Amino acid sequence: MALLQISEPGQSPDPHTRRIAVGIDLGTTHSLVAAVRHGVAECLPDARGRAILPSAVRYLDGGRRAIGADALAAQADDPLNTVVSVKRLMGRALADVAGHAKLPYRFVDKPGMVAIDTRDGVKTPVEVSAEILAALRQRAEDSFDSEELFGAVITVPAYFDDAQRQATKDAAKLAGLNVLRLINEPTAAAVAYGLDNASEGLYAVFDLGGGTFDISLLRLTQGVFEVVATGGDSALGGDDFDAALAEWALAQAGRTATTAHERRAVLVAARAAKEGLTNATTQTLTCVLGDGPLSVPVTRAQFEALAKPLIDKCLAAVRRVLRDAKISREDVQGVVLVGGSTRTPAVRVAVGEWFGRPPLTNLNPDEVVAVGAAIQANQLAGNAADGEILLLDVIPLSLGIETMGGLVERIVERNSTIPTAKAQDFTTYQDGQTAMALHVVQGERELVADCRSLARFELRGIPPMVAGAVRIRVTFEVDADGLLNVAAKELNSGVEATITVKPSYGLVDEDIARMLREGFAKADDDAVARSLREARVDADRMLLATRSALAADADLLSQAERAELEVLLADTESVARSDDHHAIDAAVKALAAGTEAFAAARMNRGIRQALAGRSVDEI
Amino acid sequence: MRLDENDFALFGLPERFALDRADLDARWRRLQASAHPDRFAAEGAAAQRVAMQWSVRINQAYRRLREPLTRAAYLCELRGAPIAAQSNTAMPGDFLLQQMAWREALDQANSDAALATLEAQVRAAESDLFAQLAVALDERPSPATAAEHVRALMFVQRFRADLGERIDALHD
Repeated sequence: MALLQISEPGQSPDPHTRRIAVGIDLGTTHSLVAAVRHGVAECLPDARGRAILPSAVRYLDGGRRAIGADALAAQADDPLNTVVSVKRLMGRALADVAGHAKLPYRFVDKPGMVAIDTRDGVKTPVEVSAEILAALRQRAEDSFDSEELFGAVITVPAYFDDAQRQATKDAAKLAGLNVLRLINEPTAAAVAYGLDNASEGLYAVFDLGGGTFDISLLRLTQGVFEVVATGGDSALGGDDFDAALAEWALAQAGRTATTAHERRAVLVAARAAKEGLTNATTQTLTCVLGDGPLSVPVTRAQFEALAKPLIDKCLAAVRRVLRDAKISREDVQGVVLVGGSTRTPAVRVAVGEWFGRPPLTNLNPDEVVAVGAAIQANQLAGNAADGEILLLDVIPLSLGIETMGGLVERIVERNSTIPTAKAQDFTTYQDGQTAMALHVVQGERELVADCRSLARFELRGIPPMVAGAVRIRVTFEVDADGLLNVAAKELNSGVEATITVKPSYGLVDEDIARMLREGFAKADDDAVARSLREARVDADRMLLATRSALAADADLLSQAERAELEVLLADTESVARSDDHHAIDAAVKALAAGTEAFAAARMNRGIRQALAGRSVDEI
Repeated sequence: MRLDENDFALFGLPERFALDRADLDARWRRLQASAHPDRFAAEGAAAQRVAMQWSVRINQAYRRLREPLTRAAYLCELRGAPIAAQSNTAMPGDFLLQQMAWREALDQANSDAALATLEAQVRAAESDLFAQLAVALDERPSPATAAEHVRALMFVQRFRADLGERIDALHD
């Protein structure tokens, strides 16, 4: 049932129903967790006061693992078993990973998604990411001294495709997290930034992280954050700067790095030199290779020459996004820099020159994404005062299906605001054709071979007709997480088929259940007690929501309807005091079902009110 | 208000081509603010379903009303002259000649300046067509004429997209 508004404007809901929700920035290089505490969104530090958790997982003997700084420190000594920058592998086959030959892992090219062979067995990127998420979950639970984390908002690069999003969601599930929403990193940054600066107007968020680049245009209007357009490159980031510098240094010295150890050592040295060049004008890249020490001096100018092609690649993406949105660079009121790689002076200068204005950097670029996610998480958990913010995000890449000749028919265009749905009719190719194979793809190219394949399914049982007489309506529905559902229906006969697009390598629920059983995430000893507490909280919230709905709009109900509702309320209230969580769940469900018509009527009234009697400049 | 209400009614706007974009945007934000699933995050799956349906419907209408060409096509359909672009490909001869001339110019253009000149030409032709379309929809309503203009503009926009790709390709 849909009941509008729980509490009076500005008033926070009943403290007993407050839920703990966190925002997680699962980054290529490092990850953070943040939450709203005492009305302020802030990053949660670990026991030693560190907010940043390096996104590194080292698999040790006996099934143990080290996560974060300890793992990172071992990467050059134990490169085969220490996974860093795993985000670049999420939802990717080996062939999709640019420069994989230079990475020091034993790759296992499984169908769909690549995996890494470690001393603790073969690990998928989803499992590695889940380790990082589980560590952050633990940190959050310790911070709140609570085992009842209600849920998390996890950020992903805006440019992540459906496969990469699904992989991220699977990792969260594996880590025992309830995903309230996946939101785009630049959007999260804009939320944190916009709320902090009370900004209005059109902003560009330039987000260059360790492994991904995103550019998003957002319009901020009184608490509404509308993504106008987004673009970028899901395989371009600080790691590429490191790789370019490492290669250059080896060439300068006439040396080669052949083993995994050597490759990792020279990349680590390159990253240190790059970071040093943020404040100094010369650095020396030093490390030890098998045939002796390597020491190569590098000036900032030399590094900038190496970085230029990569920065130009970013700016080309910026230009495409502006063109897409039919916006000129003068319309942009501010440029926000996000991501550790925007600390590189050459990046700041290039962005500033391109937009003709100095970029805004007043929030910590490492923390801003997690903070924005925490604000949204707090809202989605129902804790925020009513109507604080609303995110209207878009789908980053077009969705379509394959038609004759390996061509793509686009159904949902990129930069469509989500949630969205669109239908298109297709027909058969041959007389008497009784089945149709549907191939769902994502991307901007004309040929299926150039796009990402998301799913295949079949519609069977079409009554035989001449070619062209059959009408198959294919409906794409993209939810608020940016994930896709596809349905196909033959309109003459009513034959239907539906698929939730789950990439073939995505984890099925049984896999997740098995991994949980194998002790992946923390065991839940008191699952029953937890279910009971959750059921009671749900019941309390439903009672509260229904009562305030009645207080506002009881006139929409007849006396009989009102009486029926009162019976359901009384039932729920009495059952909520019992210890039977199944009974409480059932009562809550009955209450929800009984208020559905009322909810629809209230929605209707809400829509009418939204359109009537308020002037444009109020919005 | 019902989900199957037409786009103009859903947004509380008169059924005409002329439209104030800022007003449309403000109405859209206002509607989403009262219907988006996030507004009902704490109220269970059933509430989410109702909100999702409305939110999708509002976005669909907004997208269609926002773009002048889809708005015009929608008006033609409401007035009994659907565009049916696939079965209705007969275009006036002079229009086709102009299209061919543009295609030729695009094939030959290999500098920023040449592409910019072509883009300016196409843009002028496009705004001219839009002006005629506005007349056929609002001032002297003639759905059949309007539908013809819409079909012509579909060609023009297709061409502009190709032109844009060429300009991007030159810069990358």
